[in-house]
Amino acid sequence: MKSRFIALMLPTMVLAFGVAVAAAEDAGQIKVSKGSAQIERSGKKLPANVGQVVQQGDVVITGSDGSVGITFRDNSLVSIGPDSVLAIDRFVFDSTTHQGAFDSSLKQGTLAVVSGKLAKQSPEAMKVKTPAAILGVRGTEFLVRTGPAKD
Amino acid sequence: MFAPARRKTDPLPAWARHLVWLAPLALTVLAGCAGRNDLYVLLPGKNGKTGALTVESEGQKRTLDSPYAAARVKKVGSVDGFTTSAAGVKQDFGPALAAQPKRPVSFFLYFLSDTDEFAPESKVLVGQIFAEIARRPAPEIVIIGHTDRVGSMQYNDALSRRRAERCRDELLKLGIPKVRISIAGRGWREPEVPTTQDVPEPRNRRVEISVR
Repeated sequence: MKSRFIALMLPTMVLAFGVAVAAAEDAGQIKVSKGSAQIERSGKKLPANVGQVVQQGDVVITGSDGSVGITFRDNSLVSIGPDSVLAIDRFVFDSTTHQGAFDSSLKQGTLAVVSGKLAKQSPEAMKVKTPAAILGVRGTEFLVRTGPAKD
Repeated sequence: MFAPARRKTDPLPAWARHLVWLAPLALTVLAGCAGRNDLYVLLPGKNGKTGALTVESEGQKRTLDSPYAAARVKKVGSVDGFTTSAAGVKQDFGPALAAQPKRPVSFFLYFLSDTDEFAPESKVLVGQIFAEIARRPAPEIVIIGHTDRVGSMQYNDALSRRRAERCRDELLKLGIPKVRISIAGRGWREPEVPTTQDVPEPRNRRVEISVR
């Protein structure tokens, strides 16, 4: 019974600790913000104002008149247009070696990316997911739109 | 031999009971099959180099590697290639492109050999750095130290960091808030002029001040 309790609790504890550690370091900062835009962080909603810090685990959400531009610590430039939802799934960057990982998911809407030092150092380091596809990035500028087909 | 007679109290036949857990599954499958309006575009790089982007949807893979190469995904598992244009991109992605942050700009200060002392010509750059900081919303300054290849890697990692710290102290004296500044030491990993080991190279003994 006791061992089962530990078996159940352990992943939860690892998860909670992992999130706490990740939150200690900023992933990027908002440089552009227009219209309605928010950040969802551990269940709370924060205004996505210029100067607001973006962390691993954040979800950036824009309304029908909103757009947001973020500069990440590795100099990746990421911006989203109206009615968009972008999750920052993972951001790890070593400023000495330029090694790490940047995974994000565009759940809906539009995204513009100028990749930074992570993608330059290793082609596998940056990944963008949508509900329909996975993108691999080799030091580049690109655009993504995802959503259900219009009637 | 015979299927057991259904009891009168049983409200639903067996197949109907399965609907309870089959329904959400069926919805998920339907959503996956439903049409998509996905578009993926590779842009020409600002430095003249166009990179590459791979688009993979359920095993279907396409590599975009020329300016304005694009892929449509109208349903999961089908990736159709075509070429778009600057005008097409503006129409589809105007607001996202308009929200792109300013590109980071770098300034370089040079150092005397094996020291954290500035070379004299570096001092005039400070005015330009200030002007760049003033132009940007929520500006950040990243100070990155670099070295040549004289000495060990560990020694140069530490030296590059020391150079970055020295620069930070100067910028703090000039009134830039500490929270805006971060530092990094790249050692010899990013030379301006690549050399072999133990070759002194003044152009590699530098600090990069990146404003973003």
